[in-house]
Amino acid sequence: MAVLEVENIRKEFGKTVVLRDVSFELEQGHAIAIIGSSGSGKTTLLRCLNFLERPDGGIIRVKGEVLFDANDPATHGEAEIRKKRLHFGMVFQAFNLFPQYTALHNVTLASELLAKERYKGSKDWRAEIRDIENKALSILEQMGLADKINLYPYQLSGGQQQRVAIARALALQPDILCFDEPTSALDPELTGEVLRVIRSLAEKHTTMAIVTHEMAFARDVADEVIFLDNGLIVERGKAKDVIDNPQEERTQQFLARYTQD
Amino acid sequence: MDLIIVSRLAEGFFLNCKLFALTLLFALPLGLIISFGSMSKVKGIAYITKTIVWVIRGLPLLLLLLIIYYAPGLIGESSPWGTRVSGRFTAATIAFVINYACYFSEIFRGGIQSIPVGQTEAGQVLGMTKSQIFFKVILMQVIKRIVPPMSNEIITLVKDTTLARLIANKEILMMAQEYVARGLIVPLFSSGLFFLAFIGGLTLLFGWFERKLDYFRV
Ligand SMILES: Nc1ncnc2c1ncn2[C@@H]1O[C@H](COP(=O)(O)OP(=O)(O)O)[C@@H](O)[C@H]1O
Ligand SMILES: [Mg+2]
Repeated sequence: MAVLEVENIRKEFGKTVVLRDVSFELEQGHAIAIIGSSGSGKTTLLRCLNFLERPDGGIIRVKGEVLFDANDPATHGEAEIRKKRLHFGMVFQAFNLFPQYTALHNVTLASELLAKERYKGSKDWRAEIRDIENKALSILEQMGLADKINLYPYQLSGGQQQRVAIARALALQPDILCFDEPTSALDPELTGEVLRVIRSLAEKHTTMAIVTHEMAFARDVADEVIFLDNGLIVERGKAKDVIDNPQEERTQQFLARYTQD
Repeated sequence: MDLIIVSRLAEGFFLNCKLFALTLLFALPLGLIISFGSMSKVKGIAYITKTIVWVIRGLPLLLLLLIIYYAPGLIGESSPWGTRVSGRFTAATIAFVINYACYFSEIFRGGIQSIPVGQTEAGQVLGMTKSQIFFKVILMQVIKRIVPPMSNEIITLVKDTTLARLIANKEILMMAQEYVARGLIVPLFSSGLFFLAFIGGLTLLFGWFERKLDYFRV
């Protein structure tokens, strides 16, 4: 079953149309890689899924439920959008960790606040703290950060920071985890550790949408690849097919740049 | 030096301290509100707020003080400040609060806008509310960034309190000047020691606070 269905998403900033008409589905447990040259609209697409941008047209459905329909203002409410965001996790290119909190606290903060809200002002939410912390610890351990939990972001390398950011997104158990060029801000020798972590998530069938410029990685880890060009999906298919054997001329030109060097 | 002189100076300095404390008490929250106004998405509010801040920061504090003290009496029937000491002090406090709230608001605005938008977005995608994002994510980073400019402004405030004597508040320099008129120069120097001690203490406090916030980096 498709956990995510994106239909005819359109997004414009003023006069520039950034996403023209984007539709795709994502199966439960699958990873989809989104590739394309800079400025093609990849980040905007992920930002639309996370409601950081509001699409001008189209429908976003998760598990059959319409989360957003550009034509239905009832789906645009600020308070509901906040809840709907929790279907998605987001890992940013620039990590965006909270500098004043330890690695562990970065991971637990949002869960704590949500627990607090559930208990509506009563102090009982504290009982959940231990559960939240244990869960966070086990995720950080999976990320290979068991010995870094009490360090602050500035004390961590870029690769470690990005792994904390992945743990932070995972802690809320999103249906779909989005990555926006998770290794682009890293020194080359640090990309491996982050890609390994994402690969292990794929092996555990985490549903993911990954914007990346690491073609070999996309080919090996993703089930499907989407090639986005100028706000349109030009080519889409099995990862190995698209990357090894692109059918469209634009895809061929784009991929040629990666095989040359 | 005479004990009487010291106690007179201390009495004057107490007024400086009171004005200092009251200005901080009111100007800090008011400054935060003004900073939100100047960052408002409603263009009209932002425009009006920014104009007010520009005017207040563009005028000498002394002029503001004189306007607030004299203008209401000249325009209206009688001065709302009355003829009593407390009225003069209230007028001075109001002028100081308005002036410093505008200065603080610019520091707050600069601090808040210097936090990368990625911090807000990270909070949003984690399902946080606007107020959770402000209080749990942004505020601490802002505080850390504004400690140095705030320290400067607060130290300037300590010294500015001496301006209150121009609407006849008996602050420390006014006391000292009375002795100068009698041919005694030492009290003037002694009053300087009060300021050096007070500002020395503040400097230590700010240093301690900065070290307290050293555990993270923005
Ligand atoms: N907030 C914005 N305002 C105006 N234009 C934007 C904004 N965000 C992105 N764009 C434009 O949209 C296009 C696609 O951007 P983006 O989605 O970041 O592409 P990619 O991630 O594929 O490099 C670019 O031309 C960019 O300049
Ligand atoms: Mg991008």
